[in-house]
Amino acid sequence: MITGLSRFAVQFFKEIFFPPYEVDQIRKHMIELGMKTLPIVGVTGFIIGLVIAMQLSPVLKRFGAEAFLPGSVGISIVRELGPVICALIFAGRVSSGIGAELGSMRVTEQIDAMEVSGVNPFRYLVVTRIFATTFILPILTIYVIFISLIGAYIAVVLVQNMTWAYYLDRVIFAVEFGDAFPGVTKTFFFGFIVGLVGAYKGYTAVNGTEGVGKASTSSVVVSSLLILIFDMVLVKLTLWLWPTVK
Amino acid sequence: MMVEVNELHKSFNSNVVLDGVSFKVSDAENMVVFGRSGTGKSVLLKCMIRLMLPDSGNISIQGKDVLGLNIKELNELRKDIGFLFQGSALYDSMTVKENLEFPLIRNFDLDEKEINSRVNFVLEAVSLLDAMNKMPSELSGGMRKRIGLARSIITKPKLMLYDEPTTGLDPITAKEISVLINELQHALKMTSIVVTHDLLCAKIIADRAIVLDSGKIVKEGSINELTASSDPLLKNFFSDEIIETSGRGK
Ligand SMILES: Nc1ncnc2c1ncn2[C@@H]1O[C@H](COP(=O)(O)OP(=O)(O)OP(=O)(O)O)[C@@H](O)[C@H]1O
Ligand SMILES: [Mg+2]
Repeated sequence: MITGLSRFAVQFFKEIFFPPYEVDQIRKHMIELGMKTLPIVGVTGFIIGLVIAMQLSPVLKRFGAEAFLPGSVGISIVRELGPVICALIFAGRVSSGIGAELGSMRVTEQIDAMEVSGVNPFRYLVVTRIFATTFILPILTIYVIFISLIGAYIAVVLVQNMTWAYYLDRVIFAVEFGDAFPGVTKTFFFGFIVGLVGAYKGYTAVNGTEGVGKASTSSVVVSSLLILIFDMVLVKLTLWLWPTVK
Repeated sequence: MMVEVNELHKSFNSNVVLDGVSFKVSDAENMVVFGRSGTGKSVLLKCMIRLMLPDSGNISIQGKDVLGLNIKELNELRKDIGFLFQGSALYDSMTVKENLEFPLIRNFDLDEKEINSRVNFVLEAVSLLDAMNKMPSELSGGMRKRIGLARSIITKPKLMLYDEPTTGLDPITAKEISVLINELQHALKMTSIVVTHDLLCAKIIADRAIVLDSGKIVKEGSINELTASSDPLLKNFFSDEIIETSGRGK
């Protein structure tokens, strides 16, 4: 599977060197995928922010460091929780959708029909979707980070008396470029993984309807796993590029 | 010569599907391919348009070596070929109209007026003008088949490959479709290869027929010759009687 997936990725990079680009299709998929995931990642982000602040609050208090609550919450959300949670939900929602959609197009010969009519189905169906997931996930992530910070603020207000402006100021003070930039940048990779895995599983689906179901579920499993593995690698890389302790 | 297929072999693992198939189809000829379910008729059509690669053999269409073309040349050739899939293969995220326009917008440099008039023409031909703005999921199986047919002829191909155009249709529609295919062949000077089990359809369409069995062409001739044949396989195929055919077919 790894070889198949890599070959698929190589073909993607080969195709994107040559115009024309299906800009309309890419835009259409971005809007569709974005709209589809916006509510669920919003709710999750809010709860995660709230919970992480509730959890950190007594711990920091134990060390007499309550004042660092906004900062530490902000850093954990921006560096790790926002991007990864958003990516995992995105994988669950979108990778499976792409897997099922392309899978059913494959088994009902729609992809063959496209090929026969002289249209390159890889460009039309696969490249556009991978583009869309790669560029929509960072946008969703920024949105999730923002919502999470609101959730965290509510938890903070419950234990400390703090205005929104002061809270935000504390967060911005604590979060450095070396936190925010890699945090958001890695989601381009995650988005790429989601699109690539979903499209690969769907495009290569076999065995009729059963294959479509398989393509859909295994897309989620594989893309989630790959996101976590890449996250590990990227965290290591980030720490090397932007050491937190100077 | 429109089509020349030479010694085509195709296996899936140990399952030998095509075992040396050769035939020719001349310009503006309608050829019917008979064969029992699973004898590789669909595989044969797919090899001809290079959706599947045969293990060995040659295919020439309009004098071009199909298997030797590069992608660009292949797509150029495919513009001249229409393909009706056994399961219609309509794009289910597009309306009927978008389905029909898709090959035209993508590959042909036509203005909107011409595209609209062609859409109307083919929809009228399959008597489904009122389905123009429906989604494929709102159509019955037979309607989907007719839209599939409309989509495959909208580019005015020189060669049409039909995979069971009348299967799953009621007898009246089946007859209408067969007549339509026959008319199109005359009107557009198309060459067609038609895979079918439908004897009536074959009688309406065919100039000539071949019979595929166990990976080989076992019989070739006019429909009348085939139906009059005393070969047990053909008798089984064309008559109501059941005749013992030991070892033949699957
Ligand atoms: N992609 C594939 N992979 C493996 N085997 C295949 C594939 N496509 C077809 N086959 C096998 O090739 C044989 C011929 O299949 P094909 O679909 O050509 O039959 P057919 O003559 O069109 O039958 P029908 O009249 O039922 O449509 C079958 O045994 C089938 O299992
Ligand atoms: Mg078939």
